[in-house]
Amino acid sequence: MRLHTRWIAPVSAWGAVLLFVGATPSPMPAQQAHADNVTGHAAAGRPLYERYCVGCHGKDGDGAGDNAQWIDPRPRDFTLAVFKCRSTATGSLPTDQDLYNAVSRGFVSTYMPPWFALTPQNRIDVIAYIKTFSAKWNGGQTATPITIPDEPAVSADGILHGRQLFQDLQCWKCHGPAGHGDGPAAATLTDSKDNPIRPYDFVVGSRFKCGSTNRDLYQIFMTGLDGTPMPSFADLMQPGDAWDLVHFLRTLQPLASPEATTWRAWLTAHPGELKPIGPEGTQ
Amino acid sequence: MRSTLIAAAVLTGVVLVGSAMVRVAPPVPAGTISGTVTYTGTPPKMRPIDMAKEPTCVSQHPTPVMTETVVSGPNNTLGWVVVYISAGADGSTPATAPVRYDQHGCLYIPHVVVLQPGQPLQVTNSDKAAHNIHPLARVNAEWNKSQPPETAPIQASFDKPEFIPVKCNIHPWMHGYFVVLNTSHHAVTGPDGAFSLAGLPPGTYTVTAWHERFGTLTQDVTISGTETKSISFVFKALPY
Repeated sequence: MRLHTRWIAPVSAWGAVLLFVGATPSPMPAQQAHADNVTGHAAAGRPLYERYCVGCHGKDGDGAGDNAQWIDPRPRDFTLAVFKCRSTATGSLPTDQDLYNAVSRGFVSTYMPPWFALTPQNRIDVIAYIKTFSAKWNGGQTATPITIPDEPAVSADGILHGRQLFQDLQCWKCHGPAGHGDGPAAATLTDSKDNPIRPYDFVVGSRFKCGSTNRDLYQIFMTGLDGTPMPSFADLMQPGDAWDLVHFLRTLQPLASPEATTWRAWLTAHPGELKPIGPEGTQ
Repeated sequence: MRSTLIAAAVLTGVVLVGSAMVRVAPPVPAGTISGTVTYTGTPPKMRPIDMAKEPTCVSQHPTPVMTETVVSGPNNTLGWVVVYISAGADGSTPATAPVRYDQHGCLYIPHVVVLQPGQPLQVTNSDKAAHNIHPLARVNAEWNKSQPPETAPIQASFDKPEFIPVKCNIHPWMHGYFVVLNTSHHAVTGPDGAFSLAGLPPGTYTVTAWHERFGTLTQDVTISGTETKSISFVFKALPY
């Protein structure tokens, strides 16, 4: 018995050395991320990613984790570095803050939950690690967020103008004349990986994929949701137009909002004056 | 006296212009590689496109339009093949002239367009319908922009060589290619399968032929002086 204990100590010491050598992580770029004045480090984010994210997003960040086959929409493929929720123009990388906000907020109507369980430091560390999956992050260039001017007051004229934009820019082709997400093009929409994808249904009144405020809504259609059929309208609208469209889109949601109150009052005062939205409204 | 002076001035001018012309155009031997692209086997059948969802485009086509993935002519010639110099000192120059890509009748015209890195691309919409232009780039940046009728052309360019599929999400039958190449020696075949790469300095080149469905073929070709070398590419077509 004594003999055994005498041998166990040196053997375990060697075992510990061997284990340590075997477990040394492979070299990793010293990628960093910054949000809310917190700096994240890829090396710290890796164990968190491998515990919390790998099941869906996969070990290599390609969105092919074990759970991915059961998930619709599919988990994000980080190797492409294409992201839906950005404050930057279409075709640009998001800011670290955009990614941090996305992880914190989660994606409504998908399997991606809000990650409140992770501390802010944990979350930004994970973001730094996610940035190691694509060489597009190695350039070091940071894209500038679009400028969103202050929101004007809600007015019936603004909502009417926004409604006309919804008709002229043909938003109804996908989102439907009443915003149900049932436009003529809705059934055949696919994302950039050819998976079917549905346009947003305003009538369910939920949060949007990329936030819940009027500013979020403004940003969604100005930057587009890259990787999905939702294009950017930034080249086509002035800030005033964009705010009018935001105010009109709010009236499609069954929510008690200043937009809904203003719009209902206008409709009561002007019965039968509206032209229909959709193909009949084009003439 | 006056006429003598004028004659002298004219003569000097002619001599100056003449010598200038000699300096600008040094004799550079330039050869040509030309030929034809064909296929063997059974290609997939092209189907008529159902544009019923977009009445303004249906009315532009008195007869049904066919998909453009495989376009061929008599004797199995193959269209929409990009033939280009993929290796060799071909004396390429950067291209600056804008290339136009039009959306007309809910089709991309042309189906395949070739650009060089940095070359300006102008995407126009001649339709009464709104389109979204969505280049599914992997190496370059993927972007997606809306273009309603009667709006300004979308200006774009791509930095790196890549074969970029382009689609319109609103009209899923619309698909095409932006082909970004590092060479100014390129050609896109018509239904007759013919191509010609002119202005090549003497040397050995790798010539590549690319087709969106049938893949890539390459050949090494050596040309000397001003000769025209004829080569042919034969793709193996599969129905599915």
